[in-house]
Amino acid sequence: MNSSFAELLSVGLLVLVLGCAVVRPWGWPEAVVAVPAAGVLVATGAIAPAHARAEAAQLGPVIGFLAAVLVLAQLCDDEGLFQACGAWMARSAAGRPRRLLVQVFGLASVITAVLSLDATIVLLTPVVFATAARLGARPKPHVYACTHLSNTASLLLPVSNLTNLLAFAASGLGFVRFAGLMALPWLVAIGVEYVVLRRFFAADLDAGARAEPVGEAPELPLFALLTVGGTLAGFVLASALGVDPAWAALLGALVLAVRALVRRRSTPVAIVRSAALPFLAFVLALGIVVRAVVDNGLATALTHLVPGGTALPALLGIAVLAAVLANVINNLPAVLVLLPLTAPAGPGAVLAVLLGVNIGPNLTYAGSLATLLWRRIVREHESEVDLGEFTRLGLLVVPAALLLSVVALWVSLHLLGG
Amino acid sequence: MTVIVWIAEGTWPACVDAARRHAPAGSGIVLLHVSGPGAPGAAHGAYAGLLGRARPARDPGPRVASLAAAAAAELLAAAAERLGRPCGTVERVGRVEREVVAAAEGAELLVLARDGDRGHLGPRGLGPAGRFVVDHAPCPVLLVRPEPVSGQ
Repeated sequence: MNSSFAELLSVGLLVLVLGCAVVRPWGWPEAVVAVPAAGVLVATGAIAPAHARAEAAQLGPVIGFLAAVLVLAQLCDDEGLFQACGAWMARSAAGRPRRLLVQVFGLASVITAVLSLDATIVLLTPVVFATAARLGARPKPHVYACTHLSNTASLLLPVSNLTNLLAFAASGLGFVRFAGLMALPWLVAIGVEYVVLRRFFAADLDAGARAEPVGEAPELPLFALLTVGGTLAGFVLASALGVDPAWAALLGALVLAVRALVRRRSTPVAIVRSAALPFLAFVLALGIVVRAVVDNGLATALTHLVPGGTALPALLGIAVLAAVLANVINNLPAVLVLLPLTAPAGPGAVLAVLLGVNIGPNLTYAGSLATLLWRRIVREHESEVDLGEFTRLGLLVVPAALLLSVVALWVSLHLLGG
Repeated sequence: MTVIVWIAEGTWPACVDAARRHAPAGSGIVLLHVSGPGAPGAAHGAYAGLLGRARPARDPGPRVASLAAAAAAELLAAAAERLGRPCGTVERVGRVEREVVAAAEGAELLVLARDGDRGHLGPRGLGPAGRFVVDHAPCPVLLVRPEPVSGQ
């Protein structure tokens, strides 16, 4: 096949796949367009079958890992973990919105890190809103904290974000080493978010809240907590033994699934649905389409743009490039494009990509210019978010968090060794 | 005479108390709450960012919006109870400051609380929403000081 035609075809199909993922024509799952697109690229020879197989072999376990974590998070919700967190926050923050903000920061950071950003966005955000409302506090600072931290706090563990899982697979790092190198950048990025949000929403936090204690003491879902703790320990143990930590996630999900089924709190169908199977097919297909684009010339074109080495300016350049790309085409394709280009330079460069794609999405509404444009055009909701406010907050947070967390990564690499 | 009382989280008790004191007997008091689009919009936007995982049933945006409606109803009920006089309640959704100004059209008095920085002297004592309402209200305005906060 003519190489320029192959490049044109693969870029065209990538645009189509991303466009359909954003617009979701007729409510189709994203996989409906992505899987045939990957099929066309393999059938026409635009991507070598061996490369497609290699991509699928690399992505398969990664998305299986994510599916297990998604199921784990949903089952924790079924066990009442998030409700209990809300009740606990409402009791101990009564009358003090600033204290509530600290608690939301702590909780959202831990939940994002351990149960992935999906859990924070889908499961924690409504609980946080309800908690703020129950206290009579203005909910906006707390909801914004949740949505921002779902990105920023997803730096710590490989399971925190699909982008991390992809980078984890490409970096050759172990679970513990990954967490060790990302701990300092994670803390720094969260710290920047906290300082900026607290000042940005000072008036809302000053408004106060009801002081009287609300509700009964919450019952702690101990079983769910212990299972999550055990799963985390399993990640560390599996990493030490050289076993894929995905098995620990699967085991944790199975333990909670069996309990939920025995107690009739969930159904097999609900559990399988929470694994988001069409999404897994979408990621696999997207990976193959992006690989075709990279193979057919994008790699050569972008190589000049991607700084080499892992000196501080190079790490900063990589992170900024990743953040820009995440804001233009969304963080998932951005990381798929940048990983093959940065992996040869070592784990430091790969982690710098992660800083960019995980912190960057807070710059624009929904983390992607494409999504933003679409939402401006479609306007499916009557009341739109105040884009000016959202963007001002993003501009205050993202550059500072990105710069300081890259410096923190550079320090970590020097202290722990790249 | 119609008196509009802007009920906002945290500062509303002072407004209700002021209305009780200053609204002439026989005047119609309307308690107004406006839900801004910020929180549901941010939740919806974050969900839209989960490329590939978006199923409308799981979008937290509409859930937050319905929670907001329930919270507003609860807040208005609490305010009506504190007022202890017959009153009407109005719930609006939209850009807060603009909705308040629009709702005050035709009223004789609008009661609102300072919504800015209460820790320092200076112009920031009125937040952007309060400043807009004070500047553009189509009727006389009664601006009250919320209850003192800790540290003041």
